[in-house]
Amino acid sequence: MKLKGKQHSRSLASSRKEDVQKLLKELGQSIYRKMNEGVFPDVVIPRRSVRNMVYDEVLKQYVLGESSVTRSSQNIKHIRPFTHLVWLAFFVDKLLENGKTSTLRDVYYSAQAYNVEFKDQPESDDIITDLEARFSRPRENFSIYPEERSAIFGDVTIEYTVPGYEGKKLNLASHPDGYLIGPSLSTAELVETSAEMVIAVEKGGLFTRFVEEKVHDKYKAIIIDTAGQPPRSTRFMLKRLNRELGLPVYILTDGDVYGEHIAMVIVSGSANAAHLRDLTVPSGKWIGVWGSDIVRYKLPSIPLTDHDFKRLHELKKDPRYRKGIWRKELDVFLKIKRKSELEAFAKYGLTAIVDKYLPEKLEAAKSL
Amino acid sequence: MGVLPEVFVRITPMDPDKGRPDPKPYILKVQDNGPGVDPKYVPQAFGRVFFGSKFKLKQARGMFGMGGTMSILYGQITTNRPVKVVSATGEGKAYKFEMRIDIRNNTPVIMSKETIPAEGVTGTSIELALQGDFFRASSKIQEYFKQTAVVTPYANIVLIDALGRQFFYERATNAMPAPPKVTKPHPYGTDVEALRRLLQDAKEDTLSKFMCKNFHRLGDNITRRFLEFAGLKEELNPKSLTNRQIVSLVDALHRYDGFLKPDASCLSPLGKEILEAGIKKELQPEFVATSIRPPSAYSGFPFVVEVSVAYGGKVLPSGITLYRFANRIPLLYDEGSDISWKVVGQDIDWKHYNVRPEAPVGIITHVCSTKIPYKTVGKEYLADRPELERELKNAVRDALRRLKIYLSRKGSIAMVQRKMGIYEKYFPLIARFVTDLADEKELPNYQGLLRKKGEVVEKEKVEVVPSVVKKKEKVSEAERQTTFEEFG
Repeated sequence: MKLKGKQHSRSLASSRKEDVQKLLKELGQSIYRKMNEGVFPDVVIPRRSVRNMVYDEVLKQYVLGESSVTRSSQNIKHIRPFTHLVWLAFFVDKLLENGKTSTLRDVYYSAQAYNVEFKDQPESDDIITDLEARFSRPRENFSIYPEERSAIFGDVTIEYTVPGYEGKKLNLASHPDGYLIGPSLSTAELVETSAEMVIAVEKGGLFTRFVEEKVHDKYKAIIIDTAGQPPRSTRFMLKRLNRELGLPVYILTDGDVYGEHIAMVIVSGSANAAHLRDLTVPSGKWIGVWGSDIVRYKLPSIPLTDHDFKRLHELKKDPRYRKGIWRKELDVFLKIKRKSELEAFAKYGLTAIVDKYLPEKLEAAKSL
Repeated sequence: MGVLPEVFVRITPMDPDKGRPDPKPYILKVQDNGPGVDPKYVPQAFGRVFFGSKFKLKQARGMFGMGGTMSILYGQITTNRPVKVVSATGEGKAYKFEMRIDIRNNTPVIMSKETIPAEGVTGTSIELALQGDFFRASSKIQEYFKQTAVVTPYANIVLIDALGRQFFYERATNAMPAPPKVTKPHPYGTDVEALRRLLQDAKEDTLSKFMCKNFHRLGDNITRRFLEFAGLKEELNPKSLTNRQIVSLVDALHRYDGFLKPDASCLSPLGKEILEAGIKKELQPEFVATSIRPPSAYSGFPFVVEVSVAYGGKVLPSGITLYRFANRIPLLYDEGSDISWKVVGQDIDWKHYNVRPEAPVGIITHVCSTKIPYKTVGKEYLADRPELERELKNAVRDALRRLKIYLSRKGSIAMVQRKMGIYEKYFPLIARFVTDLADEKELPNYQGLLRKKGEVVEKEKVEVVPSVVKKKEKVSEAERQTTFEEFG
């Protein structure tokens, strides 16, 4: 499979930058104009409270409702977060202009250089989320990245857009430990691939096993380690592989409610990111470990804890878990009251999960 | 208009050897610029204990005039030295006496008397030697002078202490409180001994005339009704009363409830201006409020309570400091037993007045009376008379209400400054960031916004104050009610 969607991806990195810079400039101009006119400027941001979150059946993810908050520079209680938001816009603009990236922690410290100290990192993280909500853009678009920990491996060629590497290409099957899904990978163009699917696994150990067992060859797969709940850049990468390269996405997690929810977040997003779009892979398939797999494969298992039960009942109330495999497996967990890890397949030998389980599950996924 | 006082006090060690440990003899010299003492009274006034008459009632520093002669006596007992008295009455010369007290006979013994020139001066100077422990008393002596200066801001006072240190308490006002008028005793405050003395000197031929003439606020009608109540005939000769009759008359004087309350012309309160002048001078507070209560009475003795509340400044320490005065005398000892301490420590809810525990607050209480209700002969603290407690409490509360308003005003000014400080910090930053974002060259005009904000914040401040004042008036009304009932 070659050059699929290349036209689309070519412009992605630069268009993303232009898009954000345009929004930032408009925000700056509107505040500038108001100040000159003697009007106290304000910023309207969608309200991010749980009460303003609704499940969108079409988008298949949580979105924010109509309610919004107004940060007014006139209000003594708002002036500080208002200033922070304006500063952040300014700071992001500078990052984009200079092709630099930063982390949440960087942002927290950077503010001190401009006399707009945050009292702690949660305060600065919150302002970043405000800016995301204001523009409905993930912070990765602002060049603000989480600490990377998730990785990718497989036959896909990328072309860097980050300064100093522009035009340089790399095949992501070149290094057996995989590549960190960091800022440079996130902004890279996807040039070509021979892969036919993406398999996202929850754990680094299994990721390494998959590489060793040449899952990428056997199944023509790109393997992604989500390292638990996948960071947004990883979800964004999954989305791009799915949309730009047209690859189906399969998700393998531990056999418990938390694993099921990792898959759900990849498919339909998290409540924390209800203000954002483009982070979901609605066609993604959770292929295990299901509750019913624990029974079927007689996997070593341990009883659910009180904590697991609590989470289970929470998820049952979530509209996304009302039907299909999601609901069915929640009920199985509730019935068998046990959970298993991916590693439990080692009971049948180290390669059993690749040789036996994976093909069966991929087959089963067709009917999902 | 009296003479503005100039007081000079010096304490000198008698022995030039400074190393000698206390207690040791000191020479105390006290001099004033008063009218002087007529030389013919000097020996009696300074050489005899219990000279003078104090059964005519008016506010005075002492009760029986013992303080001066007792000091002289104490000096004589401890050092065996004579006292030197110089008195200038303004006739161009002064009379200098050296004398002792003949203790057995309570009479003065003049050892020498001479006349010295003293052109254009009046006053009295006393120099005596006495045993003392200056090292231990030093801080109390200073405190006494400092506090005295608080209630006598119309006096110049100089103290040179035993270490040669000079303290000058400078006059801060030329206003002096009106001197008290001598008043006749009130029936409620009369005891058997006082009545016997009055009867001895009686010139009236009937009891009814005697009562009218010798007691405070007794007219014909009240006298008639009282004597009827007491079961004594109006025509009785005052001198003919038997011991039993005298005792029963005093008893009746105390029991009869038809007498008028004593009036306060015999008192000499300082008044707001003088008291505050003294407080400002010595305590240098940033705020002071004074409450002068209307005259009241206990057991036939009139009294007036004056209270000031001082706040802030550099002199007052953190927390509440109580300064107690009785007839302009500072009370330095046994604070914890004093009625003022009870009022300040127990009766007042400080939180209600928004006074934080660590706030530098001075409470100055001044009680004036013809008879201060000291609890002990040491005259260091006032007894908890309910009438006195009530007046002190009302006065302290009244002054504190004004402090509360001041604090809330100050708080609201601070609030305005704090608020504006926040806007002044953030607007320039916003302006700078958006100028960059919008690709503009000049900063937007945020000054206009700051001005607008300033006006709004200022308005918010003004709104705070009236509500506080309103509340204050409501409470005052209730307080006024109690005062009214008391005098009804």
